[in-house]
Amino acid sequence: MTDTTMTLDQKTGQQAAAAPKEAEMPPAIRPATERDPLRARIEDFSFYYSNGFQAIKHVDMPILDRKITAIIGPSGCGKSTLLRSLNRMHDLYPGNRYEGKVILEPEGENLIGPDADPVLVRLRVGMVFQKPNPFPKSIYENVAAGLRVRGIKKRAVIDEAVESALRRAAIWDEVKDKLHGSAYDLSGGQQQRLCIARGLAPNPEILLLDEPTSALDPIATAKVEDLVQELSETVTIVIVTHNMQQASRISHRTAFMYLGEAIEFGETAQIFTNPRHPRTENYITGRYG
Amino acid sequence: MSQSSIPSSAELIQSGFVRRRRVIARFMQVFLFLCAALSVFITTAIVFVLIRDSWEFFANIPLGDFLFGTMWTPVFADPQFGVLPLLAATLQTAGLAMAIAVPFGLIMAIYLSEYARPAVRETIKPALEMLEAVPTVVYGYFALLVMTPFLQQIVPGLKGINLLVPGIILGIMILPYVVSVSEDAMRAVPNSLREGGYGLGMAKWQVATRIVIPGAFSGITAAFILGMSRAVGETMVLAVAAGQNPNLTWDPREGAATITAYIVQMSLGDVAHGSIAYQSIFAVGLLLFVITLLFNIIGFYLRRKFREAY
Ligand SMILES: Nc1ncnc2c1ncn2[C@@H]1O[C@H](COP(=O)(O)OP(=O)(O)O)[C@@H](O)[C@H]1O
Ligand SMILES: [Mg+2]
Repeated sequence: MTDTTMTLDQKTGQQAAAAPKEAEMPPAIRPATERDPLRARIEDFSFYYSNGFQAIKHVDMPILDRKITAIIGPSGCGKSTLLRSLNRMHDLYPGNRYEGKVILEPEGENLIGPDADPVLVRLRVGMVFQKPNPFPKSIYENVAAGLRVRGIKKRAVIDEAVESALRRAAIWDEVKDKLHGSAYDLSGGQQQRLCIARGLAPNPEILLLDEPTSALDPIATAKVEDLVQELSETVTIVIVTHNMQQASRISHRTAFMYLGEAIEFGETAQIFTNPRHPRTENYITGRYG
Repeated sequence: MSQSSIPSSAELIQSGFVRRRRVIARFMQVFLFLCAALSVFITTAIVFVLIRDSWEFFANIPLGDFLFGTMWTPVFADPQFGVLPLLAATLQTAGLAMAIAVPFGLIMAIYLSEYARPAVRETIKPALEMLEAVPTVVYGYFALLVMTPFLQQIVPGLKGINLLVPGIILGIMILPYVVSVSEDAMRAVPNSLREGGYGLGMAKWQVATRIVIPGAFSGITAAFILGMSRAVGETMVLAVAAGQNPNLTWDPREGAATITAYIVQMSLGDVAHGSIAYQSIFAVGLLLFVITLLFNIIGFYLRRKFREAY
């Protein structure tokens, strides 16, 4: 489907550089408390759409473990494109092409490498979309979908996971009496929280959210924001938003993108109070959009 | 064009423009209503005739004898009007047709909608739809002269006139329709739902079976219900390949007249108008109507229950 092309010397160069690192790499499984604070590294990453358009240009960015990383920037700068690269969503459409690396820590696996199976990547990296997209099934079956995909069949296990995901998504009280009713009978804000519960239920290592509140009213938005903040205690979150207040309210790290490049990356407070790059400053002070 | 050549709204009202438009709008409304009313009227009239003539039939033959009788011998000296032989043949051929059309139809629709490259889809779909243009009598003779001799070498005890082959042919006949309508329904499932499935780590076939089919459920049901109605109502294939002999059997290797085959046979024959044999045509016609109506009601209910709002 998708060509993951790397030039030869790039490949060999990376292999040479990776060899000494191997020794100091942490063991695959360690207790959460000791875990490497880094969950993923985006390294010299570029992305080309099938029409040849380069939407992402040589982006480097760390994704911190169990922190919220916000990606901001003007419309069309490549936020969604970058986010959708992290779970190989672009593989669904022929002709798209990745370059560079997205390394998942601590294993050091390259998610966009030629050996990575996109389906397995998506089992580890969940996603919540801009528009709520519940499946045409019951509320219960929506949340259970990700568990069933993983081959979980025991009724009791699924029951428990569904309830816990719905609780974590702060929607349990609203739906507990109609779990077997259609997901389409919920309001837009409830549907989005249901979609978050659906993404959470299988315990992904990273949860990607693409402007999850842009279709919601202010009250529903506040609920989703609270929810995302609570979740960051247990899950690594990358959230795209064009709403700068939202980024500054909820995120720990912020990346500012512009025309496919990551212009600046840093602690959220620093980006919003003391941006280093004039473009970032212009954007957050609203001098251009 | 100068500004003054465009009439002001006051001038328009003066000139009768508005009145003219009202008359046209009124006329269109009445005309369209009449068109709609005509189709309702014709349907009602057909049902009325069916019921009126079967009424006389049921005045002579008790409903229980008709529905549960096992002999259908309308032109014998001692005529029997038990419809089970005709009904059994109809249900077997329609059932066989569905046994072919449902699995193959679903597989083909999924292939076309989810797997085929656009170029392949644009070639296969019109070719499939062209199959619908084949006259049914051709299917009938294909069943009788090609398919039956071929299957007789495989299926032991298959008679020259049988229910199995027309049933299979019927399934093949409704396949293009079923595929075409279900594929349309599947493609109407928004991509955002597919992406939601992939985002959870579903493989392609899982997205197809867990997202696309449930998402297109009402369209798919509609396709199968209408296909089933067609199979129940199909006449030529059955008249040619399943025979004219009312024969109560549950063995599809044997031949038996279906309801439709009987209607054709009697309508073409020279039974006296007003005789019970003549009225029996309307009685079985009414039964046929009730069966297809039942399917449509079930389909309507299923579609409402599983309607998708996305
Ligand atoms: N399927 C596509 N094919 C080609 N170009 C695309 C496609 N999707 C998006 N783009 C382009 O890629 C750029 C980045 O888009 P996107 O990532 O959606 O921006 P953002 O989410 O920041 O608003 C835009 O210039 C857009 O026009
Ligand atoms: Mg976007």
